[in-house]
Amino acid sequence: MRATSVPQTVFTVVVFVALAGYAFVGGSFGLDLITKIMIYAIFALSLELIAGGVGLVSFGHAAYFGIGAYAAVLLTPKDGAASLVLLLPAAVCAAALYALAVGALSLRTRGVYFIMVTLAFAQMAYYVAHDTPLGGGTDGIYLTQKPAIGEALNLNQPVMIYGFTLVVLAAVFLFLALLNRSRFGHALAGIRVNEQRMRAMSYSTFGYKLAAFTLSGAIAGFAGFLFAVKDGFVNPELMSWHLSGAVLVMVILGGLGHLRGALIGAFAFVLLQEFFKSEAIFGALAKHWHLGLGLAIIVSVTLLPNGLVGLPAEIKRHLAGTPRDNT
Amino acid sequence: MTTPEILLRGSGLTRRWGGVLAVDNVSISLRRGAVHAVIGTNGAGKSTLINLLSGEIEPSAGRVELNGVDVTRWRQPRRARAGLGRSYQRTTLFPGLTVLENCRLAAQALQPRPWLWWQDARRCEESLQAARYALLRSGLDGQDQQIAGELSHGQQRQLEIALCLATRPDVLLLDEPLAGMGAEETRRMLDLLNELKADHAILLVEHDMDAVFRIADEITVMVNGTVIASDTPQAIRSHAAVREAYLGED
Repeated sequence: MRATSVPQTVFTVVVFVALAGYAFVGGSFGLDLITKIMIYAIFALSLELIAGGVGLVSFGHAAYFGIGAYAAVLLTPKDGAASLVLLLPAAVCAAALYALAVGALSLRTRGVYFIMVTLAFAQMAYYVAHDTPLGGGTDGIYLTQKPAIGEALNLNQPVMIYGFTLVVLAAVFLFLALLNRSRFGHALAGIRVNEQRMRAMSYSTFGYKLAAFTLSGAIAGFAGFLFAVKDGFVNPELMSWHLSGAVLVMVILGGLGHLRGALIGAFAFVLLQEFFKSEAIFGALAKHWHLGLGLAIIVSVTLLPNGLVGLPAEIKRHLAGTPRDNT
Repeated sequence: MTTPEILLRGSGLTRRWGGVLAVDNVSISLRRGAVHAVIGTNGAGKSTLINLLSGEIEPSAGRVELNGVDVTRWRQPRRARAGLGRSYQRTTLFPGLTVLENCRLAAQALQPRPWLWWQDARRCEESLQAARYALLRSGLDGQDQQIAGELSHGQQRQLEIALCLATRPDVLLLDEPLAGMGAEETRRMLDLLNELKADHAILLVEHDMDAVFRIADEITVMVNGTVIASDTPQAIRSHAAVREAYLGED
C-alpha cells in the first residue's frame, strides 16, 4: 500500500525511455543481453507480486518460467511457425494452471513449509523435463520456427524481440502498479501484515492468495515464453532450483516490496554476473565468478538492507549522520 | 414487553485439544441491546469460546446459530460477512496505515470487487463513508490521519472496535478490550460499549471485574472449560459456586 513518489515515477519513466532508446543504438550483443535482463525483470516482477505483495516466498518459481518456455516449444508445430496470438496465451495458461494446482496445495502451509513445498513441486516439474522424452532430457529442445503475427511481428530479429519484450515489461510493470493500489492489492498487503485480522474482517484470504499465486505463475510463464523465443532453445535448467534461487536474489537485491526493486534487481544481478564472468577483467579467476557474485550480493544486502531501491535513503541517512532504523 | 432478539446462539459447544477439554458443552445466547460478559480465570476457555463462535476454530461438538441460521460449518470470513465482528486480546491493527486507512480496509471487505484492478482503492467512496462512520461511532474521528502504530494504547483498542464496526456487524465478540487501560481510558471504552449495545449484541470477555459488573446485563462464569453459572450480575455476585471458584471466598 505504499504510495509512489514523483522521483520514483520519474526514475521508472527514465529507465523505460532509456531502454526504448537503446533499441536504436544497441549492437546485437547488447540487445541480446538487455533482452535477457528484461525477461528476468518480468520474472522477478512475478515473484515480487507474491513475495513482496503477500509475503509468500516461493522457492519454486522457475517451474512456471520453465513451463511457459517448454509450452512455447512443445506447442509449436514441426512444420512451421505458430501464431503468436495462440501460442502465447497457451503458454501463459499452462504456467497459470500449474501455479493454480501448486498454489491450491501449498498455500495450506506457511513459512518454511511453504518454501519447501513450492520447491518440491518445482523439482517435480524439473524431473519431468529432465527424465522424460517429452522434455527432451538434458539436451533440451530447439524452437526452430519462432512465432509471429503474419508479417507484422516477426520475432526472429533481435530488435523485434527486444521491442516486444520491452513492451511486455512496461505492460506488466504498469499492470502490477495499478494492481497494488487497487482493492485487490490493498487486500493482499493487508494479508501480508495481518492475515488473522483480515479473516476476521471477512476477507477469504485463501482465495486472495491463490489468485495472486496463479497470476504470479502466469506472469512467470510469460517471461519463460519470451526466454524460449529469444534463445530458440529450452532445457531443464530453466526449471531448476538454481533459477528459483536466482530470481529470489534479484528481488531481494533490488528491494523486496517494490516493483522498481524487481527491475533494478534483475539488472544488477545479470550485470554483476557478466562482470564477474569477464575474462578481460578477471582472467583465469573468471571461471570462479560464483564466488565474486556471492560476495557482491552479501556486501550489498549487508550495506543496503532495503535493497538497491533504498540506496538514496541510505545515502541521505549517512550524510545526515542519523542511525539506521532497524524496526 | 417483547423479548430481546437473540442474534447469536451457541449450543453445547465443545472443543477438545487432544485429551484436554478446552470448552465443554457450553451454551450461550447473545441478544441485541445487551452485553453478555464471560469471566473466568486464565485457561478457563473464554478465548476458545470466542474462537468457536467467530469460526476461527471448529467445534468438536455443538452448534452455532447466527440470526437463526446454522453457521456451524461456516468459516470465519463467511460468518463475518453475515454480521459477526470480533476483536482480539492482543492489538491486531495495521500499524503502518493511518487510522482512516485501517477502517477503510475493513470497510472494503463489504465491497471487495477484486476484479476492478485499475481502480484506486483509496477512492472508493462507499468504503470511505463506512470507515468514517465507524470512526465517528468509536470516537476516533479526530484522529483519522494519524498513523495507527503511533496511537496511545487506549486509542488502539478503540480502533480495534472501529475495525469491527466498519464491517457493519450485528454481533460484537470483544476479547479483553480493556486490557492494559488506565482508569480514564476504561471509562471511555465503557461509554462506547454502552452506546454500541443499543443496536448490537455484545459478548465481552474481560478480567476487569469492576467494569464487567458495571456494564454487563448477563454474566457467564467459566472454570476449566465449563460454565458454572450464568445469570444477572446481581445473581452472580451472590452465587455460592462463583464465590467459591472465582471470587475466592469460602
